[in-house]
Amino acid sequence: MAKTIAEINEKIRQGQAVVVTAEEVIGLVAKKGVARAAREVDVVTTGTFSPMCGSGAFFNLGHSKPRIKVGGGRAYLNDVPAYTGIAAVDVFLGATAIPDDDPRNRVHPGPFNYGGGHVIEELVARRDVRLVVAAYGTDCYPRKRLETWINIKDLNEAVLFNMRNAYQNYNVAVNLSDKTIYTYMGELKPDLGNANYCSAGQLSPLLNDPYYKTIGIGTRIFLAGGIGYVAWHGTQHNPDVLRSPGGVPRRGAGTLAVIGDLKQMNPRWLAGTSMLGYGCTITVGIGIPIPILSEEILRYTAVKDEEIFAPIVDYAEAYPQRSPDILGEVSYGELKGGRISVQGKEVLTASLSSYPRAVEIANMLKDWIIKGEFLLTEPVVPLPGVEAGITFKPLKERPIEE
Amino acid sequence: MAISKRVVLHFPPRLVEQPIIYQLVKDYNLVLNILKASVTPKEEGLMVLELSGAREDYDRGIQYLQETGVRIQSLGQNVMRNDARCTHCGACVVICPTGALALDPKTRMVNFYEDRCTACELCVLPCPPRAMEVHF
Ligand code: SF4
Ligand code: SF4
Repeated sequence: MAKTIAEINEKIRQGQAVVVTAEEVIGLVAKKGVARAAREVDVVTTGTFSPMCGSGAFFNLGHSKPRIKVGGGRAYLNDVPAYTGIAAVDVFLGATAIPDDDPRNRVHPGPFNYGGGHVIEELVARRDVRLVVAAYGTDCYPRKRLETWINIKDLNEAVLFNMRNAYQNYNVAVNLSDKTIYTYMGELKPDLGNANYCSAGQLSPLLNDPYYKTIGIGTRIFLAGGIGYVAWHGTQHNPDVLRSPGGVPRRGAGTLAVIGDLKQMNPRWLAGTSMLGYGCTITVGIGIPIPILSEEILRYTAVKDEEIFAPIVDYAEAYPQRSPDILGEVSYGELKGGRISVQGKEVLTASLSSYPRAVEIANMLKDWIIKGEFLLTEPVVPLPGVEAGITFKPLKERPIEE
Repeated sequence: MAISKRVVLHFPPRLVEQPIIYQLVKDYNLVLNILKASVTPKEEGLMVLELSGAREDYDRGIQYLQETGVRIQSLGQNVMRNDARCTHCGACVVICPTGALALDPKTRMVNFYEDRCTACELCVLPCPPRAMEVHF
């Protein structure tokens, strides 16, 4: 049955492609079997909508008159510091940046009301944002101060470039201590008060292509309501972890670096986010199409929540101390049931990743493809796989002796 | 019937220098306890009052305030969900102590049952996109 991406694209152009979501394909395979489903289906769409700290955007501000060299100076967008150590009027704003005068965790837990992710959301929403620059002045860039409103529509380029998104599986966070802790996995109540997880499970992009057989560098994707591309493997990409017999990683594994034109995006899919006591971030919507090139690939996309397992980790002690201990494994089927058992105790579960929004993304992408508005791409280079020999290195500290 | 209620009064600048509160005491027989006041000439004034008196006098007093152009809010505080910001992630369902925020297992959407909400505000800061808002 082997199909090629070119053949699938031809069907998309003719409006004949059969596209289903990674949720719908489960029932289809149960009803028709793998062989028949693989013959019938051309594309399976995935989706995820989660806080993703490894996100940020590059902006080219345009040149003021007289010129100012923002590069090497200081720049603030709505009081949030942007990185200026690049070209004269390019800046980078990271999702976790916070204003210099943010109270942080001085009174714990700090609220972290506004940061880089919120500024990116406001820009995408076409709202004006205040730019303040202090520069040192040069012969060719004499100006030293700049204060102005900017709007995304007036910028030359606004590019979302996220170095790590779409984690292939993730920890389930609990708290074994006797006081509430505030983490990037949310508020964790004492004595196993709750268990928080963060993955779309059966809809999540990389869980549907566990060995990166179709998703690679250059893959065209849904990125925050616009069209983006996989730029590279994400930081901490770590394919060689414990996997289930079906191939699905049982630990955090692969990640993606993604890029796209911020001007096309929509604030519904790029939401400034505050993690109480932890910091600011941004919630990003990503959808990736998986071309059904073989029965094997279809079988991967039919994975269901009950077959995907995640490790339960104590965020009071084990995580901060980097101890490898886990408290067990649990399936997304159980997690989504609302309660799991940890150390013999029944624990309520909560998600940080929005499943309804992941469904919405997979459906939007499906519609784009059915309407012929979105064609698939052949990856330029595959992502490093299990055989690449990547090891996830901790930081080895070497004392600096004076 | 005697009643006692807490209200927030917003005075537009033109009314700040009028003896409105004096009238309230004199003409409507209301006893008032000023909980908070910030009134500067020519700027909008704000006053939080506890008003006590007969129901009839209270109602007439409120009507008088409205007629002068004072904006009145009751202090019965409310927590509401901004549906445009809620992503239905579900982070709040283990935080809300009353079940006012609860997951619909079928749609996986988080429903907000206002009638079960006690306005305890526990969900406000932990909500990642800050969709739960306190209204006065
Ligand atoms: S935590 Fe906030 S965004 Fe998430 S479901 Fe609850 S109210 Fe909605
Ligand atoms: S204010 Fe309290 S009761 Fe109301 S929804 Fe939030 S946590 Fe629940």
